[in-house]
Amino acid sequence: MSLLEVRNLSVDFATTSGSFRAVDGFDLTLNPGDITAIVGESGSGKSVAFLAMMGLLPWTATITSDAMTFDGHDLRAISPRERRKIVGKDMSMIFQEPMTSLNPCYTVGFQIKEALRIHLGMDRKARHARAVELFEQVGIPAAETRLSAFPHQMSGGMNQRVMIAMAIACKPKMLIADEPTTALDVTIQAQILELLKSLQEETGMALVLITHDMGVVAETAQQVSVQYAGQKCEQQEVTALFSRPHHPYTAALLAALPERATTKHLPTIPGVVPGQFDRPKGCLFSPRCSIATDLCGTTPPPVGGPEIGFARCHFPINVTAEQSA
Amino acid sequence: MSEPVLVAENLTQEYVLKGGLFGQDRIVRALTGASFALEPGKTLAVVGESGCGKSTLARVITMIEEPVAGSFVLDGTPAGPDTLAALRTTVQIVFQDPFGSLNPRQRCGQILEEPLIINAPEMPAAERTRRAREMLTLVGLRPEHYDRYPHMFSGGQRQRIAVGRALMLEPKVLVLDEPVSALDLSIQSQILNLLVDLQERLGLAYLFISHDLSVVKHIADDVIVMYLGRPVEIAPKADLFDHQRHPYTKALLSATPMADPTLRKQRIKLVGELPSPVNIPDGCPFAPRCWKAEARCRTERPELDQGTHRAACHFPE
Ligand SMILES: Nc1ncnc2c1ncn2[C@@H]1O[C@H](COP(=O)(O)OP(=O)(O)OP(=O)(O)O)[C@@H](O)[C@H]1O
Ligand SMILES: Nc1ncnc2c1ncn2[C@@H]1O[C@H](COP(=O)(O)OP(=O)(O)OP(=O)(O)O)[C@@H](O)[C@H]1O
Ligand code: SF4
Ligand code: SF4
Ligand SMILES: [Mg+2]
Ligand SMILES: [Mg+2]
Repeated sequence: MSLLEVRNLSVDFATTSGSFRAVDGFDLTLNPGDITAIVGESGSGKSVAFLAMMGLLPWTATITSDAMTFDGHDLRAISPRERRKIVGKDMSMIFQEPMTSLNPCYTVGFQIKEALRIHLGMDRKARHARAVELFEQVGIPAAETRLSAFPHQMSGGMNQRVMIAMAIACKPKMLIADEPTTALDVTIQAQILELLKSLQEETGMALVLITHDMGVVAETAQQVSVQYAGQKCEQQEVTALFSRPHHPYTAALLAALPERATTKHLPTIPGVVPGQFDRPKGCLFSPRCSIATDLCGTTPPPVGGPEIGFARCHFPINVTAEQSA
Repeated sequence: MSEPVLVAENLTQEYVLKGGLFGQDRIVRALTGASFALEPGKTLAVVGESGCGKSTLARVITMIEEPVAGSFVLDGTPAGPDTLAALRTTVQIVFQDPFGSLNPRQRCGQILEEPLIINAPEMPAAERTRRAREMLTLVGLRPEHYDRYPHMFSGGQRQRIAVGRALMLEPKVLVLDEPVSALDLSIQSQILNLLVDLQERLGLAYLFISHDLSVVKHIADDVIVMYLGRPVEIAPKADLFDHQRHPYTKALLSATPMADPTLRKQRIKLVGELPSPVNIPDGCPFAPRCWKAEARCRTERPELDQGTHRAACHFPE
């Protein structure tokens, strides 16, 4: 059985101007040791989908799904008490905004040791030793002394590293890393990504990397899932995705990479992601797609099979004869 | 070769960090000895780790701050307190955050006209409006956007407004401090294209600050690599990406992930204490993390050598 199984997850937010669908039919299967990257335009529901699985969305969110299981637990029916035992231990998350997820009233050392006490029941000495070890692993210099610092006494990058240390403290079975390295320098970023990969190798942790950085994706992930306007539009193994994208949005995204530029002008994707009031009837990408037809504007495309990266498109691209057969 | 529009000589900036009740004041050496030249129509990129002094350099060049030492000449005029007013319009800046840098209570048109109101108060209102509308078209927005508020625009459109505002005074030098870092890939490419077009049409010189080396590789003509407030390598882009003479540049490039899963490269791992501009080591500032450091590196500070591809290292490659 897989570690995580999510089928047809949707999240709607109640807003003053009506209901807004942030996640629309999200699917994901993770096995131990998998590294999956989630990429896509800002606001495409990447963070919300995983916050929904962790049970961390506000009451204004309505979550529906056909299946949502983690490590044998049904996340749809789980009691708050059971959930607290899992979240932060077996299933943990590095949040996009480190400052909002650290408690400003406690030292960072206290916060990380609390997690170790609650989830692993370690004694005082073991907690301290483990906390120092974790800080060193994530590249916090002078780890011993930093334990007694408050979040506001450290830089954004330093707090981000504290968050990472806390998230891996209990050796989770699944780690969701939401833009884990945006505030970090490339040299530290490289160190953190190495660390996450070594955890994956040693403990069989499954890793979900939510990121805008296609370089990080290319160097770290095995599978890549591409989100657009709340929907998954494609999922492929990393090398195949970079060389043969099947969804026009994926292709357009890759074409915009400066490293692929052949001229001073980069290819762009005209227009913007649809919002609450201009969601197209057919394919959500149709107003911006360079190969859209009338059909695309009226009829939502089906989800393709694994041979074409589950591309949600009427006219998937880079398809060979055998794939379409 | 044309005359440089910006020549900087030994620019240095320091800040004082107030100590606590009994603590001593400490000096942050944010920028030390930056010298370079920038020609019209060219892009000089500044790269380096967070805190290495990139934004400090931007604030000095745009005369938001006065340097504690060093000097620079803008379009033939030495910058200083006496020439501040005259040079105000020569250099302009665009910041990273397209959300924070625009006043949410001003309409797009007002945002664009404000620099004219301040710097050219004698200009008739009708002329201001005409120029603002022209600017909207120039930066790829639409005339009807004139009356909209910032929150009605996407991130990319907001960054276009910020670029437009910076161009209203027809500057010769545009300082861009991480102009695309907060944007999606698809929007990043729109803004980079816009910058390329504007440079071609207006002959603008860009001081382009970024930590994203793939963007720098695309847009720059020359690159300055900074470490702990000092330029450690300066070279034409092609030379720098082809061959790094300073060990730090080598480490920086090797740590930058490449968007190509078929490449597997050897990464240089830096060990040693992370740098702090409050406590810069004697000798070479990179010595505590450098795998090539020798005794001489810890006592004697390397200076930038001469030539077109310059490096500040005792053992350059
Ligand atoms: N509490 C909330 N109430 C209403 N809408 C919300 C809420 N949280 C998120 N949203 C909306 O849901 C959509 C998806 O947001 P989400 O944070 O998942 O995007 P994302 O893909 O993670 O983007 P980014 O790359 O910028 O982090 C956005 O349009 C966002 O504005
Ligand atoms: N007003 C100030 N007072 C004290 N220290 C300052 C001040 N402004 C900047 N510094 C310090 O000077 C150093 C250089 O800062 P600067 O903002 O120039 O870095 P940067 O290269 O732009 O970094 P980033 O990539 O994170 O934007 C940093 O150590 C910073 O903390
Ligand atoms: S369904 Fe049509 S509009 Fe949508 S991505 Fe495919 S080709 Fe483009
Ligand atoms: S001077 Fe010495 S320590 Fe500094 S970069 Fe060169 S080799 Fe390394
Ligand atoms: Mg997010
Ligand atoms: Mg900066």
